[in-house]
Order: sequence, then structure tokens, then C-alpha cells
Amino acid sequence: MTPPILQVQDLVKRYGDVEAVRGVSFAVKEGEVFGLLGPNGAGKTSTIEILEGLRTLDSGRVSVCGLDPQRDSSALKHEIGAALQSTSLPDKLRVMEALRLFASFYKRGRKPEELLKRFGLEEKRNAFYNQLSGGQKQRLALAMALINDPQVLFFDEPTAGLDPQVRREIYDVIEELKKEKKTIVITTHYIEEAERLCDRVAIIDHGKVIALGTPHELKQNSADTTRVEVRLAKVESLEKLRTLDGVVDARELDGAYVLHCRRAAPAIVSLVKHLESQGNELVGLEIATPSLEDVFIEMTGRRLRD
Amino acid sequence: MKNFATLTRMRIQLTLRNKMFLFFSVIMPFGFFFLYSGVFAKGIPLLVRYFLGPVMALTVMGSFWGLSAALVTFREQGILRRFHVTPVTASDMLASSIVANFVLTLPTILVEVLFARFFFHVTAFGNLFSAFILIAIGTMSFASLGLVVASVTNTMQETQVINQLIWFPLIFLSGATVPLASLPQVAKRVGLFLPATYLVTELQDAVYWSASPRSRDFLLAIGSLTVWAILTFFLSAQLFRWEPEGKIPRKAKLLVLATAIPFVLLGIWQNRSNRTMAKAQAMFESLDAPAKTDQPAKKH
Repeated sequence: MTPPILQVQDLVKRYGDVEAVRGVSFAVKEGEVFGLLGPNGAGKTSTIEILEGLRTLDSGRVSVCGLDPQRDSSALKHEIGAALQSTSLPDKLRVMEALRLFASFYKRGRKPEELLKRFGLEEKRNAFYNQLSGGQKQRLALAMALINDPQVLFFDEPTAGLDPQVRREIYDVIEELKKEKKTIVITTHYIEEAERLCDRVAIIDHGKVIALGTPHELKQNSADTTRVEVRLAKVESLEKLRTLDGVVDARELDGAYVLHCRRAAPAIVSLVKHLESQGNELVGLEIATPSLEDVFIEMTGRRLRD
Repeated sequence: MKNFATLTRMRIQLTLRNKMFLFFSVIMPFGFFFLYSGVFAKGIPLLVRYFLGPVMALTVMGSFWGLSAALVTFREQGILRRFHVTPVTASDMLASSIVANFVLTLPTILVEVLFARFFFHVTAFGNLFSAFILIAIGTMSFASLGLVVASVTNTMQETQVINQLIWFPLIFLSGATVPLASLPQVAKRVGLFLPATYLVTELQDAVYWSASPRSRDFLLAIGSLTVWAILTFFLSAQLFRWEPEGKIPRKAKLLVLATAIPFVLLGIWQNRSNRTMAKAQAMFESLDAPAKTDQPAKKH
């Protein structure tokens, strides 16, 4: 078996008194798309930026392409490509100039022309950076990450702040890279993104990995249940809800009740009967197969997005 | 080396597209040029030649505005972060901005000389080789000063405040605006500690009195400016921050004081020997001597 292309072991990162990353461990195989899923401030960006060699670590061990991002940073930079968060290019730099400039920094690379075409930026080749839309900027960022034909790609929140349509465009681009068997590490706080794009996902909260596996595995661990979210006219006791026929677990979330049910139909019937007897009323009802979001809620009691 | 070259080209392109550059590198120097030549020198060729040194010095010193602002903008907008994931180094980044600035300053100086020749009929320009060396070293050292300012400040606002604080003494106490000879005694003494004073006086000496590049004053000025440029460049590379949130440690600000050493030493010596001041005085007084040509009267 080939060793993993990227390895993180007991990684710790502190900012002053704040421990942003508290003992994170995972490994990524070559050709895998690996997701770090978690809310803002969970430590995803710190982790990924340590892997890129942008930040120093406080303890633990990391290796990317067999290199130590701190010690071998100059060699590593030829092997990785990254689309960072909160970054930009000079306003008055043209799209094509940016690609050519960055291409000149590397030993090997792809042709700027080819990337321009692939990311649908041909028409914008002579546009200044500050004339691009958010989606175009992000596509350029992804194109630039590929300019050195890297072994490992890092995309930090590649679709944050983009509207849904543009987000889907970016997904298509990343899915194509996936077909090329590129190794990609993505951080995100969008469930959809992690489920759709990632082969494996590490769910991160408060600087720790709280679950790790394929999206399918993670969801299965969610007790093969159906998720029923109900809104009620009056307050109901959780203990009572948990005793209803077919209900495994109940919790309160943002003013609604989330019931995890082994069999949804009888659970709903018994819920309605119970409510009638209490003079309570069902205001809203939503049934869903569990998503990674439910996994997150089960483990932390909070939603991913606030 | 290749990264440095392509970055330099990018900096030149970007600077030419920047309005602030247009002001500090074109409008301001030419504004000074016409003010000095047309108003102070009343268009008299000899006087124009006398003022050409200070005008060139102002052009050279303006470098630090643009460089500090550009670097801070790059950092604040997260542009440096993007370069940080590439093999580009801090020295590539800094050196390319200095060289780009030098390449862009030279044409301005050249146009000033041409204007003096064709608008104001100045026929002789002293020792242009000495002037060129001073301009080259001066541009590099004042550009490095700009990079240090960018390194020790955290926001654009701070940068601009520090720039103002540096700019006013540089232009008023160095002879660049008010001739050194006509400054009050205290101001003269302070002025002798400023790098600008030596740049102005030696440029004036080169253009007006044709100072040889082998003269002792010239070599002393070039030596001090070079040491200063190396210290400031080294310091700005040490303090270089890629991240916008990276804050500068207090101790680092003390290091900045260390870069003043060459001119503190030179200033102490000059305050005793009075060499530079006497020369500035002599050049100034020579203006009163009746002159039929644009060849200056020389007193020694």
C-alpha cells in the first residue's frame, strides 16, 4: 500500500491563549478529495494553512508530499496549489497577466491559455482583477492554484460568499478535477459541498476532529434514523416526545423539535395523537433522511451554520 | 532571480496604472521643477542649474511614499498572502519594488534635465556621472526607507501619518526647499543628521559645481547612503509580514533606530567639521556674484 500523500498527527495551534487546533489527526490518500467540515472558527483554516506552510504549528507533526511544510517550505511550494481565504490580487492586474506571472514562479506548469479556457475566463483575459465578479474571481483563484500542476490542492472555503448558482459552477469545476484523480483538501461549512464533493470528511468542532469517514459512513452512524423536524403551537416536553412509538431521540433546535425516528410513519401517527390529547397543534413538519448536518447536530447539539 | 525579474515587471506595470504614482512621480516633481526654475530662479539659467540638484533630490526622495503605500496595500488586501503560497521570497518581493521604482524614477529625472536644457537654456550640467550615482544610490536608499515604514506600521492610516512625519523634516531641513545656508542655526545642526541633506548638497555640488566622483564629500555621502540602504533593506526583509493580521513586535521598532547609526555618526562629525554646511553656504553665496554665463563662480 502506498503511504498517504498528506499526514497530520496531533496537530496543535495556539494564538495567544486561544487553542484554535487541539490535537487534530488525519491522513489523505493520493487522488482523494478530503473535506474538513465544521462551523466558522472550528480550526479548519488554521489546519489547512499549516499544511500549506503559511503558519507555524505549536506541536504535532504534519507532512505533505513527504515534505515538512515548515522545514522544506520552498520545495513544498512547487508541489502544492492553493485557493486561500481572504486573499486578493492587485486591482490593476489583468487576468492573463496574473496567470502568466504566477506561472513564471514555478519549475513546471500548465499553459495559462489552457486554464483560461477551462475555467471559462477567455472573454475576461484582458479584464482588470477589480472588474471581475465574485464568481469570476473565484474561478481565477482555482485556475491559479492549478498553474504549477500541483500534486496536492488546497481549497479553503472555495464557495463562501458566492450565490447558489455560482457555487454550483465551482462544484462542477472541482468535480472535474476529481475525475482527474487530483488530491484535494477542501474546507467548508456547507454540508452540500462536503456531501457532493468529498470522498471522505473529517467533521471538526472546537479544534478537534469529532467524526471521520465517507459521507455515507458518517450518515449511517447516525443510527439509521429518519429525521423529523416539527414545529408545535405550544411547548412540549422532550422526555414525553422521546417515549413516543418509533422515536429514538428528540431534541430542541431553534424553536423546533427534531425527532430521530426508526420508523417515521408510526412515529408521526403517535405524535399527532399525543398532541391532540394535549390540546397542542402541529404547525410545521419536515421529514428528511439524515444529512451530515444531523451527524453534526447529534454530536454537538448545534447547527453547523449559525 | 527569475521571480525577481517577473515581479519587477509586474510592479512597473502596476505602478504605471496607479494614479498615486502619477502624483508622486510625475506631477509633484515637475511641480517643484517649474516652481524652482520659473519662480525662484526667475528662469535665469545659472539659478536654474543651482536649483536642479534640490529638484532631483526631491524626485528621488519621493520614492518612499509610493513604496510604503504599495506594500501596505498589498498586505492589507491579502495580496501578499497569495504570493506567500508560491516560491516567491520576501527579498524577491522587496527588491523588485525597489528596482521597479528606480526604473520609473530615471525617466522623470531625465525629463527634468531636458526641460532645464530646452525651456530654461541651461547649457552645462556639471558632472552628470556623479549625479547619476547619487540618484541611483539615493533612490534605492529612500525606497528602502519606504519599505521600513511599511514594515513597522499596521494600517494605511498609520503609514501615511509616519510618511508625513518623515517627509517634512526631509524637505525643509535638508536644503531641498529652503537653501541650507538660509536656515536658522538650530535647524542647520539638525539637518546635518538627515540623509536627505547629503543627497541634496552633493547633487547640487555635482550639477552646479561639477563635483568629481572621487571627491571626499561625494564618497562620504555615497558610503553613508549605501550603508543606510543596506541596513534598511535588511531590516525591512527581517520585519516583512505576509499576513494582514501579523502585528509588529515592539522590540522590532527599536531595531529601526539602529538604521539611523550611519547618519548619526556622520551628523556628529559634520557638526564639528562644518564641511557640508560650509560648502552649501559657498554655493549659496556664489549666486550673488555677478555672472554673465551659466558657469558658476567658484569660491574655495
